[in-house]
Amino acid sequence: MTTTPSAARTAGAAMPDGSPRTHYLNATYGLKSWLLTRDHKRIALLYLVSISVFFALGGLMAVLIRMELATPEGDLFQPDIYNRLFTMHGVLMIFFFLIPGIPAVLGNFLIPLMIGARDLAFPRINLLSWYLYSIGGLFTLWALLHGGVDTGWTFYTPLSTNYVNTSVITVGVGIFIAGFSSILTGLNFVVTIHRMRAPGLTWFRLPLFVWGAYATSLIQILGTPVIAIAILLVAAERTLHIGIFDPKLGGDPILFQHLFWFYSHPAVYIMILPSMGVVSELVATFSRKPIFGYKFVAFASIGIAVLGFFVWGHHMFVSGQSIYAGVIFSVLSMLVAVPSAIKVFNWTATLYKGSISWDTPMLYALGFIGLFTIGGLTGVMLATLGIDAHVHDTYFIIAHFHYIMVGGAIMGYLGGLHFWWPKITGRMYPLFWSKLSAIVIFIGFNVTFFPQFILGYLGMPRRYHSYPPEFQVLNVMSSAGATVLGLGYLMPLVYFIWSIRYGPKAPSNPWGATGLEWQTTSPPPVENFLTQPIVTAPPYTYPAPKRAPEVTRGV
Amino acid sequence: MPAHVQPVRVYFGVFAALMAFTALTVFASFVNLGHANTFVALGIAAAKATLVILYFMHVKGNTKLVPVVILSGLFFLLLLFLFLAADYGTRGWLGVPGR
Ligand code: HEM
Ligand SMILES: [Cu+2]
Repeated sequence: MTTTPSAARTAGAAMPDGSPRTHYLNATYGLKSWLLTRDHKRIALLYLVSISVFFALGGLMAVLIRMELATPEGDLFQPDIYNRLFTMHGVLMIFFFLIPGIPAVLGNFLIPLMIGARDLAFPRINLLSWYLYSIGGLFTLWALLHGGVDTGWTFYTPLSTNYVNTSVITVGVGIFIAGFSSILTGLNFVVTIHRMRAPGLTWFRLPLFVWGAYATSLIQILGTPVIAIAILLVAAERTLHIGIFDPKLGGDPILFQHLFWFYSHPAVYIMILPSMGVVSELVATFSRKPIFGYKFVAFASIGIAVLGFFVWGHHMFVSGQSIYAGVIFSVLSMLVAVPSAIKVFNWTATLYKGSISWDTPMLYALGFIGLFTIGGLTGVMLATLGIDAHVHDTYFIIAHFHYIMVGGAIMGYLGGLHFWWPKITGRMYPLFWSKLSAIVIFIGFNVTFFPQFILGYLGMPRRYHSYPPEFQVLNVMSSAGATVLGLGYLMPLVYFIWSIRYGPKAPSNPWGATGLEWQTTSPPPVENFLTQPIVTAPPYTYPAPKRAPEVTRGV
Repeated sequence: MPAHVQPVRVYFGVFAALMAFTALTVFASFVNLGHANTFVALGIAAAKATLVILYFMHVKGNTKLVPVVILSGLFFLLLLFLFLAADYGTRGWLGVPGR
């Protein structure tokens, strides 16, 4: 993407007289300037810190789960504690890390920069989203301290309505509140993308990350109200016994699964679509080629968002749903794999004959492509009625969705964080350690989760704290891999924090990338661009000018 | 959007219509129409919702995008009902309990 020469000229690192430049980080100081900010960039950082806290907590639960599963006996935790552990792990990771994660951190930071706008359309609502998210999170943490929940993150009835006596309602309310944060973020993004694009930035000149964020926002707006209602109904059923889900009172427990998955299947695309957007950016930048089949990739995002609403019944093949509905859902689920496959093929075609550089973000992106493909293909296997009857509720499912959510979504998130970190903080991180982290995470991930495919196929059910001894070897492998994976995640934490103070200063465009966000300084000024950028070309117009020779790409 | 503010008259007119529909709902609930009961009740409710959306929520006379947004919301609601019907409508066709 090109801008007017005047916009390009403003992209220097310091003022001509050498005085420190003011940018969004040093424009104002103090806690209040952060907690009351309306700057999308600062709100992105607020989110970054808070979702990292939830990621760490969720990770801690995962550590405890893997410790318990290192031996066949249930020797570390009582079953009821174990149930709480995996439930809280799922709730924290899904509702408080993955769903808000990339949209709220990278989306918040990047969308206005990528479309050449000063901020999001509704800056105050943006801040409100963060507060709602935080309040929802605090509710959930409070519940955690007061007994937790033990229903699984899926809250299936009648277990959640009639049988357990843990903090179902508190956690439900927490998720409910955080849901509004999600809706408002989606709304903000949609309006921003519709109305605030820079002159000349037509829809088909938008970076693919923006398309991904747009598709994600549609799901957030259309899907979230349904789970909000489903949660309210569970609370009402628990307290007032109104008979929505209880067959004794004329309800149907499977109705809950319908309502839950109507949101939660599309929600898995809330988690993956933004990462796909990140990967499109990374693949184009580090192959120095325009993305292959731009329009297909863009429409595939929208296609996934819409088709994602047609398939939820694949979670209910063996739960009492009519077999005919099962057949329909099975066929439709295989259809939704098509747009995902389009993306994978187009990324691969972009790589083909590209001049590929193995920078850290690219390593993460390549990891994403491989792991997402495995996760997606096993999804298609699961969409087959006959296979699913065999492996439903086994570790095969666990492996499937971790390949997508950890191997895919989190890889993409970390890739994006490494890519835009110089823009966000104005600092570079250590090249060696960051590449090592990508490799350690990739290896740790596979050692953790690949054995779970085998375990599941052999019949080890999910959500039990003990298992027959013949499964121990694979479980020990998995626990060992999880240790490596955990160390891998700690590395970026350490060097990112280190880089804020000690990292070498980043130039405006360290990767020689196209895209408006690289045309402004690092970190960007409060108003993002000193002059209104004007767009005259499609995105990814590589081969772009060579990387600036003075560029430091790490230490 | 401020571009298409309606005269106050219209708002009162709509309000009166909503009240009339409410009265109708109450009235209809005393008449047993058999299977039509639900349809009549839902029909009246839908008419009321339409009025609210068109006038109070300023969808009428606004840019084209606004109806598109509303209709897509309704479309996804329809999807929900459609697939629920696909399940509930075909349960028991096999004659095997639980299938
Ligand atoms: C490529 C298309 C996909 C297909 C066809 C597919 C198919 C399936 C099926 C059939 C199940 C149910 C298995 C069972 O419980 O017996 C399932 C579970 C799951 N999938 Fe996928 N999937 C796909 C993509 C994804 C993506 C992109 C994500 C996440 C980002 C995801 C996350 C999950 C989760 C979280 C579960 C398990 C939920 C639970 O029961 O706790 N899937 N998938
Ligand atoms: Cu699904």
